[in-house]
Amino acid sequence: MGDKADVWQGTLALMILKTLETLGPLHGYGIARRIEQTSGDLLSLNYGTLYPALLKLEQEGSIESAWGVSDNNRKAKYYKLTSAGRRQLEREARDWRQAQAILAKFLSATEPST
Amino acid sequence: MSEIWKTSRAWFERLGGLFHKAQREAELAAELESHLQLHVEDNLRAGMTREAARRDALAKLGGVEQTKERYRDRRGLPFLETALQDLRFSLRTLRKSPGFSFVAILVMALGIGATTALFTVVRSVLLKPLPFKDPERLIRLYEYSADDKFAYNVVSGGGFAEWRKESHSFSDLAILGEAQYGLSGVAGQLPERVMASNCSWNLFPMLGVEPALGRGFASADDQPSASATVILSWGLWKRRFGGDPAILNQTIHLDAKPYTVIGVMPSWFAYPEQSVQLWTPTYHEESPELMQAIDDHEFSVVGRLKPRVTEAQARTELSVIMRRLHDQHLDIPFVSKAANSRPLLEAMVGDARTALYVLLAATFCVLLIACSNVASLLVARGATRRRELAIRTALGGSRRRLLREHLTESFVLSLVGGAAGLLIAYGVIQWFVTTRQDMSRVEAIRLDGVAAAFGAGMILFCTFFAGATSSFSIKSHQILSSLQESSRTHSPGQSPVRLRKALLSLEVGLTVLLLISSGLLLKSYEQLRATHLGCITENVLTMHVDLPDAKYSQPTQRLAFFETLLDRLRTLPGIRAAGIATSVPGEGYGGDNGFTIAEHPPLPLDKTPYAIHRWADPGYFAALGIPFLRGQIFDKNQRLEKASEVIISESFARQYFGAEEPLGKHLLTLGRKPQKIVGVVGDTRHRVWERPQPIMYFPLYSGIRERTTLAIRSTSDVTSFALPVQRIVEQLDPELPVSDVLTMGQVIGQSTLDANFEATLLLAFAGLSLLLASVGLFGVLSYIVAQRTPEIGIRLALGAQRGALLRLTLLDGLKPAGVGLALGLAGAAAATRMISSLLYGVAPLDATVFVAVTTLLLAVAGIACLLPAWRASRVDPVIALRYE
Amino acid sequence: MSESKLDLLQGTLDLMVLQTLAAMGRLHGYGIARRIEQVSGDAVLLNQGTIYASLVRLQQRGWISAEWGTSTNNRKAKFYSITKRGRKQLSEDAAYWQRLSEVMGRVLALPEGSDNK
Repeated sequence: MGDKADVWQGTLALMILKTLETLGPLHGYGIARRIEQTSGDLLSLNYGTLYPALLKLEQEGSIESAWGVSDNNRKAKYYKLTSAGRRQLEREARDWRQAQAILAKFLSATEPST
Repeated sequence: MSEIWKTSRAWFERLGGLFHKAQREAELAAELESHLQLHVEDNLRAGMTREAARRDALAKLGGVEQTKERYRDRRGLPFLETALQDLRFSLRTLRKSPGFSFVAILVMALGIGATTALFTVVRSVLLKPLPFKDPERLIRLYEYSADDKFAYNVVSGGGFAEWRKESHSFSDLAILGEAQYGLSGVAGQLPERVMASNCSWNLFPMLGVEPALGRGFASADDQPSASATVILSWGLWKRRFGGDPAILNQTIHLDAKPYTVIGVMPSWFAYPEQSVQLWTPTYHEESPELMQAIDDHEFSVVGRLKPRVTEAQARTELSVIMRRLHDQHLDIPFVSKAANSRPLLEAMVGDARTALYVLLAATFCVLLIACSNVASLLVARGATRRRELAIRTALGGSRRRLLREHLTESFVLSLVGGAAGLLIAYGVIQWFVTTRQDMSRVEAIRLDGVAAAFGAGMILFCTFFAGATSSFSIKSHQILSSLQESSRTHSPGQSPVRLRKALLSLEVGLTVLLLISSGLLLKSYEQLRATHLGCITENVLTMHVDLPDAKYSQPTQRLAFFETLLDRLRTLPGIRAAGIATSVPGEGYGGDNGFTIAEHPPLPLDKTPYAIHRWADPGYFAALGIPFLRGQIFDKNQRLEKASEVIISESFARQYFGAEEPLGKHLLTLGRKPQKIVGVVGDTRHRVWERPQPIMYFPLYSGIRERTTLAIRSTSDVTSFALPVQRIVEQLDPELPVSDVLTMGQVIGQSTLDANFEATLLLAFAGLSLLLASVGLFGVLSYIVAQRTPEIGIRLALGAQRGALLRLTLLDGLKPAGVGLALGLAGAAAATRMISSLLYGVAPLDATVFVAVTTLLLAVAGIACLLPAWRASRVDPVIALRYE
Repeated sequence: MSESKLDLLQGTLDLMVLQTLAAMGRLHGYGIARRIEQVSGDAVLLNQGTIYASLVRLQQRGWISAEWGTSTNNRKAKFYSITKRGRKQLSEDAAYWQRLSEVMGRVLALPEGSDNK
């Protein structure tokens, strides 16, 4: 509640959904790599934290998983967006942009006086 | 909406995550492994060595185990999962020791079952409000007898009339009398005697009860001139009239007189008593003289207080009226000077209260003992698992977690035991309701939601008592120190043993308390049984024969019936004697009369003495073996209006004549001519627990119009005469009902039923707790001996005497028993005062009972300790030292 | 208004409070709430009461301090001000948010269904 951790959880979930939308079905490692690539050196991502987030999204019905074979012939669990997940992504992306706008206004409008 | 759906879906999934664990676990491992492989391959491509690639992948993941742990938290429901895990663990440990589990569950079941059953009875009988309208405004009213002997005396018809006329505290006042009727048989049914109540017409409206069928009494029915009406109980209507609604407005015959059935009461309605089967209107049934008499106390009175009037105000008002009545009639003895009252509920349950509370307290003691035993067993098991616990603590299993395990274990035991206990409670209540039909409000006893909630509460109580108590032995520093102990399983650490000894003392103390209480009750019951009624009780059969007024209106008719009956009975082979009286000893008070002695100077009116009256035929005394001390039996001419003789009892002679010769003196009783005393007979008791009181016997052959009891005595088994005797009565009058065919032993048994019942129940509880306590003693001592086997071995090897060892071990077990005994004796000394009202001829501090209980307990404790102690002394030092 | 949006904005509430106190100086609870409403509209605070949960949390962590005082219209009120540690926290959190925001901006800017591998 009202914690940085929650913000991070929400943000991570949104990143996963967006990644899956952009790239289609992908395994956990692939998602992690992708997010890391995109964020560059701005964020350090512990890959392990991704899995509980994936599980949560799956439990909520936003994504689903199935075992498949990777490009280099390795068995891996692939995740893909469900239609409910697609709707959730839309909604959350919109909300996020709005929140971002508000906060940006906040931080710029009232620069710390000291 | 979608949020709620999403969240609940997630919860459902997580619930599903509790199952197929192994499969899910494997899948997670596979997924993480594939993740690592993918990463390693990427790293290899980037030019890392295989080792560095793997290390980097692991580092990026943040550790496989940590990831799994976080994943698991999300997958299932962690708190539920640990609870389930605890539960499975307890079930496994309990299954591993079935003996322990069985005993513990049995103990819990008995404890919880008995407590819940008794609670249900107490709540139903003592605490539930009466099923009437505004029951808290209903009070029962009494006269306070002028001689202070009866604080709650029944009320005279005249007194009631005066109250009704003068008082302003009540919105209504109703009167009830006891009655019995011979219900004539129709269409081949046998005639039967039914208990009845005659009540003023306003009783049912005042209680707020309406008949289930037909109408209640109207004031027009409740008059001497009205035509006879009757209202049936639901039970009688079903049983005797097949539940046929056409019974309304039909005529039935009571005591051979026609009555019109106007209504049927609802099935739950049982007032004034469960045994009442029909109601008739008082003023129609009783003579106007009786309803106006102010010195003939016959009736129960119930009143409904007006709003804002307190019971005390009402009582004061009635007392003032009573006092005025007394002062206006100084020429009449036995007019009360004051009134008394108590809430109707209290009046109805009256005597049962103390007994029920005692029984409830007793069951609670048993429950405590049961819990202590289970706690003690848990401690014992905990102690043998110390090293396992210590290791787990060191590995991070928290103390809280251990406490939770104890609690879960005792919860499982209590839950299973409690479930069985509720079944037991159900059975006990069914049994109680059928055995104790005589207790008032027994119809209200039901195992309902509140009782079930109480049972659940008991389960929780047991869980926490047993679980938490046994957890006192878990102390973190001790757990650590037990790790530092050498690998040798030396002394187990003192804390668990000390705790078990304390629990044991508690058990023994409670057991002693129960043993003493039941011992006292049992002794007073024996005392009651052994009390001599003053007559022969072996091979005597009694039965009620009641001549209906309608058919036997003339004294000559009644006389003829009695004489013919007795003549025929006396010629029956095997019958030694037969007699008829209005009541036999042990059957109850039966009524009294005021009298004066003609030859003595007159006493002031309010000092007029009174004595119990009986009417008896001349053969009655011989039939029951009541000894003749002086004088003779009634003369042959003592019949009908010629009757003028009276026989008095020994205590009558002693109390009113002292050294003087009573024979030839005359008694004056109200409305009768002087009666000459012709004989003195031995004392008899009208109730087993009452002291013999003065009795005067008048000739039955005067043709008295009273309910009578027939008594026959035989040479052999008297019960075999029940049928022949009834057949003789039937020959004389086929419509005459014979009722309450009982042996004298049963008559006494009925009046000692309560005492017997309470003593037996309490004894059963005491026996149970004695068993539990000895099992506890045995268990603790066996355990101590087992723990100390190596030490004993060393001592033996060093030359200790086996006898000394035996003594030492024995003392070890007897000490907590001794402490418990002292506690129990002290507790009993205080507690037995509270049951003194249930005791007869036994002091609350009866020495024999205290000594007997002490001896018994020490003996049982000794035996329980002997086997383990003997085992200790037999230890083979070589084996003991190798013992690991 | 969906809950997830609230969650997200709730998560940033502490940050907004710190920022407000840093910008405006000493302020009472109501003043803080008003200020946040002015800047964000009704999107952040479900009601003004939510602000107090945040104030307690921040106090417990030692990032703001509170004292009783009198408001401009002579009412007794509890005034909050940011502490030194609070300022440090604020700059850290603001930086974190900036980074998060930038990453998210990049992620969200990805075209749907593209594969730029």
